[in-house]
Amino acid sequence: MKRTARLPGAGRVWRLLLLSQLREQPARLLVTLAAIALGVALASSVYLVNAAALAEFSQATKRLVGESDIIVRGPRDGFPDALFVRFARDPAVSIASPVLEIDAAVPGRRDPLKILGLDPLRAGALQPALIGDLAGNTLEFLAGDGIVLSSAAAEQLHLGVGATLEVAVGDAAKPLKVLGILSPDTFSQPLGLVDIAEAQWLFDRLGRLNRIDLRLLPGMDVEGYRRGLAAQLPPGVFAVAPQVERDRAVTVTRAYRVNLNMLALVSLWTGAFLVFSTQSLSVLRRRKSLALLRALGVTRAQLERALVGEGLALGAVGAALGVGLGMLLAAGMLQLLAGDLGNGQLHVLGASLRAAPWALLAFFVIGTGVAGVGAWMPARAAARVAPARALKGGDADYSGVTKSAWMLGGGLLAAGALIAWLPPWKGLPIFGYASVGLLLFGAILLVPALTVKLLRAAPTTERVVFDTAVAQLRENVGLSTLSLASIIVSFSLMVAMAIMVYSFRMSFDHWLVKLLPADLQLRSAPGNDTAFLTAATQAKIAALPALERVEFRRTQPILLDAAKAPVTLIARDLLPGRIAEQLPLILTATGRLPAGASPAWISEALADIYGYRLGSTITVPIDGRPTPLVVAGIWRDYARTTGAIVVDRRDYLAAGGNPAAGEASFWLAPGVDAAAAQRAIAGTLAQPDAFEIVTSSVVRERSLQIFDRAFAITYALEAIAVLIGLTGVSFAASSTALARRAEFGMLRHIGMLRRQVVSLLADEGILLSVLGVVYGLLLGGVLSLVLVFVINRQSFNWSIDLAVPFWQLGLISLVLIGAAALTAIWSGRAAMSQDAVRAVREDW
Amino acid sequence: MPETPPVLELAGLSKRYRADRPPIFENLSLRLAAGEYLAIMGESGVGKSTLLNLLAGLDRPDAGRVLLDGVNLSALDDDAATLLRRRAIGFVFQAFHVLPYLTVAQNVALPLDLLGVGAEERRRRSLAMLGEVGIEALAARLPRELSGGEVQRVAIARALVHAPRLVLADEPTGNLDPRSAAQTLALLREQIKSNAGAGVLITHSRAAAETADRILVLDAGGLRAIGGAGT
Repeated sequence: MKRTARLPGAGRVWRLLLLSQLREQPARLLVTLAAIALGVALASSVYLVNAAALAEFSQATKRLVGESDIIVRGPRDGFPDALFVRFARDPAVSIASPVLEIDAAVPGRRDPLKILGLDPLRAGALQPALIGDLAGNTLEFLAGDGIVLSSAAAEQLHLGVGATLEVAVGDAAKPLKVLGILSPDTFSQPLGLVDIAEAQWLFDRLGRLNRIDLRLLPGMDVEGYRRGLAAQLPPGVFAVAPQVERDRAVTVTRAYRVNLNMLALVSLWTGAFLVFSTQSLSVLRRRKSLALLRALGVTRAQLERALVGEGLALGAVGAALGVGLGMLLAAGMLQLLAGDLGNGQLHVLGASLRAAPWALLAFFVIGTGVAGVGAWMPARAAARVAPARALKGGDADYSGVTKSAWMLGGGLLAAGALIAWLPPWKGLPIFGYASVGLLLFGAILLVPALTVKLLRAAPTTERVVFDTAVAQLRENVGLSTLSLASIIVSFSLMVAMAIMVYSFRMSFDHWLVKLLPADLQLRSAPGNDTAFLTAATQAKIAALPALERVEFRRTQPILLDAAKAPVTLIARDLLPGRIAEQLPLILTATGRLPAGASPAWISEALADIYGYRLGSTITVPIDGRPTPLVVAGIWRDYARTTGAIVVDRRDYLAAGGNPAAGEASFWLAPGVDAAAAQRAIAGTLAQPDAFEIVTSSVVRERSLQIFDRAFAITYALEAIAVLIGLTGVSFAASSTALARRAEFGMLRHIGMLRRQVVSLLADEGILLSVLGVVYGLLLGGVLSLVLVFVINRQSFNWSIDLAVPFWQLGLISLVLIGAAALTAIWSGRAAMSQDAVRAVREDW
Repeated sequence: MPETPPVLELAGLSKRYRADRPPIFENLSLRLAAGEYLAIMGESGVGKSTLLNLLAGLDRPDAGRVLLDGVNLSALDDDAATLLRRRAIGFVFQAFHVLPYLTVAQNVALPLDLLGVGAEERRRRSLAMLGEVGIEALAARLPRELSGGEVQRVAIARALVHAPRLVLADEPTGNLDPRSAAQTLALLREQIKSNAGAGVLITHSRAAAETADRILVLDAGGLRAIGGAGT
């Protein structure tokens, strides 16, 4: 049997095609490549920054936890040190090290300083890295009249050895001599080490500890021992594995990090659509050459592989560049932002870029893969075109797209809508993300069919230029919508994000107004354990004639579950029967409380994480005793994602709670000036610098500034995605304008003015971008519902009310339409710059 | 009897593209009367297309004048030349150049659209013109549904629908089979004649040229008459 001649390999066909592309369209290829590179760079840099910050956190926690087998952790107020004696005498325990862990307020500074009260002789065995560095100061340390600072703390506080550090205790300040400074390698974050006895005395915690580190005898079943302890420990005290401590930063920030990663991937996603658009247009432009290759013996599969190969090659080069750029970006962000991309919980000093070969490989593969996927559909379409038809120069047929689109697009939309109702998976809104993906794909598939319907319904205006533009778009709907894909994707996501962020901001603002009804606020460093108003000071303040009403609050972290992040217990002066005025309640119990039960109002996060409902009983440790609280309402809390419980301070005090208060709100007496009241309040404090007394409007402004800063990176990532999308529109406009040079030439021949031809293109550009904007707004509106009610709710455990930023969306829409029209005009001018006469001679 | 003013007059027309090259042609002169149909032949590269561009006001001569109904095309700016072309010239191209996204009737009505003719009048005249070229039944079709010969009829109808004074046809049968080509040429001649305008056919084909009243050959020596249907 005679063998057929050997066909050229797909590899050779691929090289031929790619090289010819590179020769003919270098700028377009380079920009597509840059879009992929940018997408990969953003995604990988966000990942690397978060990974570096987490690694630094993890390392710091590891140093603090040391080589303990078990950490016994109690409430911040602590537990009696008799518990330590029990462990010290336990024959199963090799070393028990008592710790008093304090976040101390430093007068004049906003951030508290973490101070560990340690017994250096015991801690030396468990935290050798920390204590080893104390060596020269151990005796002085034991003498108990000073503090050893980490180098980061010394630098932040501008203190050297021999200097005095003042810490706020109650409403006064106490001095501590700086005995030494740890080397930067020992501990990279701000920290102070104090002898435990000194710490107990200094912070008024005599006889109390809040942590005990345990090392068991070799061969002991650590997990079994830890489980056995659970039943023996007092309320609010838990025995946890060191890993749980180390993972806490990971768990608390996971939702934020995942959301940011998803957002960073949007640019890459838009880049994939850009590859799709560019490859589709490029295949269209080359359809005769491709048909010729088919006629010369290149098989359908070879052609398809070669064209997908083009996309993969682009993706691989772009992704490789992107990974490199991502590392540079990450290094820069770590230097500038100290690992904090806006959330505030990941701010660490000294976080440095770490090798993450597998993650970077994954980003490279994702970048290459999305480009391959983007190239696959046009490759498949090109391989299926009948060579004879393409050689004859017929128009590309996209009718198949519209026919199959209704069913597939509708199916994906329905699936996306259904999947959004599923609960989170491992605390993450995985199905929410999947829903966004399905809705996007479904909507994009429906775009051509919808466009045809809309344009068919467009009335004739008797304006030849406009009517011709409508006819052109209608008959070339496949081509037109190809150019829209990337901009619809990026714009709809931007619209969705804008609606979500605006809704969040409005809800946040309402929440602030609700929480800050008073004229003045008194606060100490957030999260500190030491600065508080004593009962005596509270009485002095309450007696000030400048104040009409005062409300004191005590907030403290408590552990309800050792494996979960601490919950904030807020004891505040509530007005009986007027709770709804004081808390942003979303649910209130209607029935009577059980006799003797104290009511509590829990945040949505607590309800979500622990499953508490109205009427549920929560047992909270107050003064070392289990105190049952009945859930009387659920409120919205945007300050604490891990949960909060509000109790009436009278109930709290009755249960033995600490009467000290760390925060207060003040209502001025009629006619009293705020500044005068501030001075009067400060006058009652022994150390006013430990507190901040500001108007509620200042607190609100600051909070909104922090909010805006947190979302700054969100806007930046979105803007980049839209720019990539606009690039897609620009490519499509210039491609189609060039492909239609002969058409423009003919129109010039028959008497259409040059400006009329440009106007024709501008009309097309405006029409197309108006359609894109309308689709983007509609799709973005739907996606915003998923963001607001599913992804946000499941990620952060708080609800927000939907609000639409009409003016903002209107402005962005106008800018986008204007940009698309300008692009079309520019492309038209470029195409018209060629001789119209020559153009009609080119065979089209 | 006074001489009828020519529709088209070339006087001393010269054109060169580069100073270091010989001119494409020099000192060409020609007069074309109303109802006259002229074929210009010549080898590739001799300047036929350049001449056509000059006739249409799409290019400017280095010397000489192109007068269309007494108006010097060479002296007009781009907009004025375009407006004159819109009103007074019809084009038929080798590659047809109809807009693929407009129906046959819409394509034919384009020149009337540009002239601001009202919708009803536009419809009436374009259908009438399609009737003249024998494809009235195809009015609602898109060009992709037509054969090559039918598409060229659409192009001829578009070139004549606004009753231009001058029809310029550049290799109008180059993409057609012999039978369609013969039909197209006959149709073109018939329409130019019935329209009372003048026509210029640029072609390589002797057979095509012979459907014209006069045949001129363009070569290095200028325009030479060699014959035609009218000779």
